[in-house]
Amino acid sequence: MIEEKFDAIVVGAGMAGNAAAFTMASCGLKVLQLERGEYPGSKNVQGAIMYAHMLEKIIPDFRDDAPLERHLVEQRFWMMDNTSHAGIHYRSDDFNEAKPNRYTIIRAQFDKWFSRKVREAGATVLCETTATELAYDTAGKVVGVRTDRAGERILADVVVLAEGVNGLLGTRSGLREMPKPETVALAVKEMHFLPEELIEQRFGLKGNEGCVIEAAGTISRSMTGLAFLYTNKESISLGIGCLVSDFAATMESPYVLLDAFKNHPSVRALIAGSEVKEYAAHLIPEGGYKAVPQLFGDGWVVVGDAAQLNNAIHREGSNLAMTSGRIAGEAIVQIKGRNLTASKKNLALYKTMLESSFVLKDLRKHKDMPALLHTNSHTWFMTYPQLISLAAQNLVRVDGTPKLEKEKATTAAYIAARSRWGLVRDALRLAFAWR
Amino acid sequence: MTIAVPTVRVEDKLYQNRYLVDAGRPHIKVRPHKSPSPNLLALTRICPAKCYELNATGQVEIAADGCMECGTCRVLCEASGEITWDYPRGGFGVLFKFG
Repeated sequence: MIEEKFDAIVVGAGMAGNAAAFTMASCGLKVLQLERGEYPGSKNVQGAIMYAHMLEKIIPDFRDDAPLERHLVEQRFWMMDNTSHAGIHYRSDDFNEAKPNRYTIIRAQFDKWFSRKVREAGATVLCETTATELAYDTAGKVVGVRTDRAGERILADVVVLAEGVNGLLGTRSGLREMPKPETVALAVKEMHFLPEELIEQRFGLKGNEGCVIEAAGTISRSMTGLAFLYTNKESISLGIGCLVSDFAATMESPYVLLDAFKNHPSVRALIAGSEVKEYAAHLIPEGGYKAVPQLFGDGWVVVGDAAQLNNAIHREGSNLAMTSGRIAGEAIVQIKGRNLTASKKNLALYKTMLESSFVLKDLRKHKDMPALLHTNSHTWFMTYPQLISLAAQNLVRVDGTPKLEKEKATTAAYIAARSRWGLVRDALRLAFAWR
Repeated sequence: MTIAVPTVRVEDKLYQNRYLVDAGRPHIKVRPHKSPSPNLLALTRICPAKCYELNATGQVEIAADGCMECGTCRVLCEASGEITWDYPRGGFGVLFKFG
């Protein structure tokens, strides 16, 4: 068993853990990374979109050998009722650039690649090993971990908790609270395989171009939720997620929601004839800035989903995970370089660096959005999607009704549903929460 | 109008997945109870792997073999002590091929 002491132990081999381990090992630190899965990625679930800018800061030439599916040239936002969708589509040839900005990826493959880079950088990666407890010294400083493998505790100057949204170690040790039902969403997802050329035909793509659809509306049955459909090379990732508190209150079954989304007339044709090869479920942090826990302490830092670092409004998570992992790694390298100890006071550097990055700036900007959407879910996810569909249909259906009457009917429907004052108030609340 | 959905069989979905079950060592346990709390009862509907079922005498039981380790039940029922939740031993449990 391992008896030597490490500069750092990283718990978890997802985006945050890999970024932290890679950063520290690249700078010559002696790093041990623990992963409970059979291989890195075997416990990880994501949509998944990967943002190039954040990975470039860690592995600049990642495009040479990373398993990337498609680069995105089109984004569709859909507002759905049960028979329709109203959409905003943005497609640009500008995204066909030498170094594309966003890619779809398949996490199990991507994480294996990332982990190989971590090992090449010099870290020791131990899979099939669950970290079960933190080890403390007599002063209460974290000095390592215990695992489910037989043997002594494994010691390190600092422990990086990259254990994911459902991380047990930090919550059991009282370093942070367990996520609350209203600060996490449960998402279910399927992998639908189709021939490459069929995907390209159905979405109007060529070569490695990709398309993303994100959809809200009656599909979440008045819960706060979002559905997605991402094109991979020869598969489509498709799923839906809603707040756990909403699921508990409504007792809706996630798999029923998923199949209803798949059977929606706007979606059905896109996946027709596909072969499903996997069904996955995962929690997504949704609490935003106000749910971010204490990020550092004596001998430990927490990164990625475990720290609720997820921008639900922009549906960004893996980039915040990667960036927080990298920044934690850089902070630890700096502390080590100055021959300082990994005390709470010194590790505050991680928080300071994170504050000046987009990670906490973006989360702070949208700090009031979760409360707005979570407490008025029926309004935002049922009433408005239906009203938008009604307005759009009234606009495009030509049936001899004079336009003035049509417009009056649309306005009347909005007022009937929300009242004049309600419409103004909704608009203001959204604007204030967004600003 | 609602969207017509054929009967959903979760078993068929889980059948696609890869698991290494740690036989005889379930990682989730339900505390014995007379009648379940609303949250515990909700798990029979909202657990994405349908691990929780109501038995004939009104108690919630768990068969965790198809568990995808999402943690929904932990978030809802661990704090109250109604369930205990641990990770499967290293290497065991769900093994996502794609994730």
